[in-house]
Amino acid sequence: MSDTALSPPLYKANIRPGRIIAWTLLFIGGLMMISPLAFMFSTSFKTPDQVYDLRLIPAAPTLANYIAVLADGRFMRWFFNSMLVATIVTVSNCFFDSLVGYTLAKFEFRGRYFIFLAILSTLMIPTEMLVIPWYLMSSQLGWLDSYWGIMFPGMMTAFGTFLMKQFFETVPNDFIEAARVDGLNEFQIWWKVALPLVTPALSALAIFTFLGNWTAFFWPLIVTTSKELYTLPVGLSSFAVEQQIQWEMIMTGAAIATIPTLIVFIVLQRYIVRGVMLAGLKG
Amino acid sequence: MATIELEKLVKRYGKVEVVKGIDLSIADGEFVVFVGPSGCGKSTTLRMIAGLEEISGGTLKIGPEVVNEREPKQRNIAMVFQNYAIYPHMTVRQNIGFGLYTSKLDKAEKDKRIEEAGRILGLEALLDRRPAALSGGQRQRVAIGRAMVRDPSAFLFDEPLSNLDAQLRAQMRIEIKRLHQRLKTTTVYVTHDQIEAMTMADRIVVMKDGNILQVGTPSELYESPVDVFTARFIGSPSMNLVRGKRNGTGVEMAAGGDVLIGVRPHDLIAHSVITDGGGFSITGTVTAVEPLGPETLVHLDIADNSVIATAREKFVPAIGSQLTCQAAPGDLYLFDASTETFLGRS
Repeated sequence: MSDTALSPPLYKANIRPGRIIAWTLLFIGGLMMISPLAFMFSTSFKTPDQVYDLRLIPAAPTLANYIAVLADGRFMRWFFNSMLVATIVTVSNCFFDSLVGYTLAKFEFRGRYFIFLAILSTLMIPTEMLVIPWYLMSSQLGWLDSYWGIMFPGMMTAFGTFLMKQFFETVPNDFIEAARVDGLNEFQIWWKVALPLVTPALSALAIFTFLGNWTAFFWPLIVTTSKELYTLPVGLSSFAVEQQIQWEMIMTGAAIATIPTLIVFIVLQRYIVRGVMLAGLKG
Repeated sequence: MATIELEKLVKRYGKVEVVKGIDLSIADGEFVVFVGPSGCGKSTTLRMIAGLEEISGGTLKIGPEVVNEREPKQRNIAMVFQNYAIYPHMTVRQNIGFGLYTSKLDKAEKDKRIEEAGRILGLEALLDRRPAALSGGQRQRVAIGRAMVRDPSAFLFDEPLSNLDAQLRAQMRIEIKRLHQRLKTTTVYVTHDQIEAMTMADRIVVMKDGNILQVGTPSELYESPVDVFTARFIGSPSMNLVRGKRNGTGVEMAAGGDVLIGVRPHDLIAHSVITDGGGFSITGTVTAVEPLGPETLVHLDIADNSVIATAREKFVPAIGSQLTCQAAPGDLYLFDASTETFLGRS
């Protein structure tokens, strides 16, 4: 009874003008972010003559676009290509970035700071400037129009290395030294002890890398010429040109393309919880 | 099990020498405690024994072999850290078993050892929990369990009880001591807590500024400290020191005297009634009292110094009152006032 009696005043006390303004701004911001997504899904259920009708709920919703897109072999091929590229690059980043990050964070060696600065400095160079050397390199090594050609620039990133280094620095040395005394070699220590302690950072890196590569357009567009090797964003753009901008088809393709990103986020976001590391220490 | 021998062991960081050529021989199965203030080099010495710090000079032997260049894993030692260092992503069972990660024992033998360690340390019911669900004492026991399962030549403890509360610390002290009595494994234990050192050690090594000041049994250090530093470091509360001089029959307080007279607070007795029993007496103003139950610690201001005495039998002196305290002649320690070295008992 007492709880029921106390609840209303406490609840009311929390509703302050500042909060109302904050909620309103957040609501508007959220609406602005979600509306393109909502229109994308809405358009994917519309017939061609309804595309320019801006009503969110289609007058006559149809699954015909989905059936058509999924029946188109090219779309599935591009979907597969994107999945392959994004997965391999993500795994590669998680492995190499964390390995280098760990080395820079936990080993004392001559030139460590210089190497870290050199890696970090590559973050200052815009991708557009790197595309020409990448292209020349691919051309000379015969990587043009190949999966490796699409993937190689992103197999290891300065951002990932920086992120992982910063997180590994928070891993107490006692953990590493305890494992060293227990007889593990340095690779085993990284794999069995240090890496599980930076799962939140690793998950964040995996999400960013996967999303970045799933939606990558510029470099795959340049490096690929065969339609069989197009990634989904490149394929969808060509799809638009060929089909004289069939928006309902593009939106359907884009809607399907969001599914893996949502799955990746849902699976990994629960690991992005800080604090687990400290449970093995004092306190 | 193994002996550990340190011969002229040196550790330098750049030009700074933090361990200055120490010699020590630890017998097989002995429990040796390194004690000293922060920065005295005790943890560095332990880490050199563990192989976690490179040795800058001298020789380290574990058993008959020189191990200066050997990796930690090749030394067959186990170490328990101040912060426990048990892995939060593993269960208690996995943590204890992690000590056997590189062992070639079969799984059944590994499981047997884990169960045995769990049983000895009272962790049987907690084996499938994660560290987050354990108390500080339980976490430290897991860390000890991980060291135990390996059946090492020596245990190294680096201030393992520093993060525990006083009650748990006292309990764990006894548990570690019992464990040593049971396993009889050579143990090197580092602490800055002289009570831990006194209660656990077969021998205590007192360090200061990278040097060993004294090595001896707890009673040797208590009864015959080599200098003022050791005398004040061992025993709680610390030994009182006042300037004095010798007279025909013994010593007496004297400003500018050539000796330092040391008397432990428990030997300096504050009586409600002064008795003329001879010996050494100090009169001062009571500035504070600390009732401990069976006795009371009394803080006195005397001339330009302050001392702590003990009042027994529920006698609690009034603050601000003048009080005379007495110590028996045999309870005094004499030190050279200039070199601070021990001259003998009086």
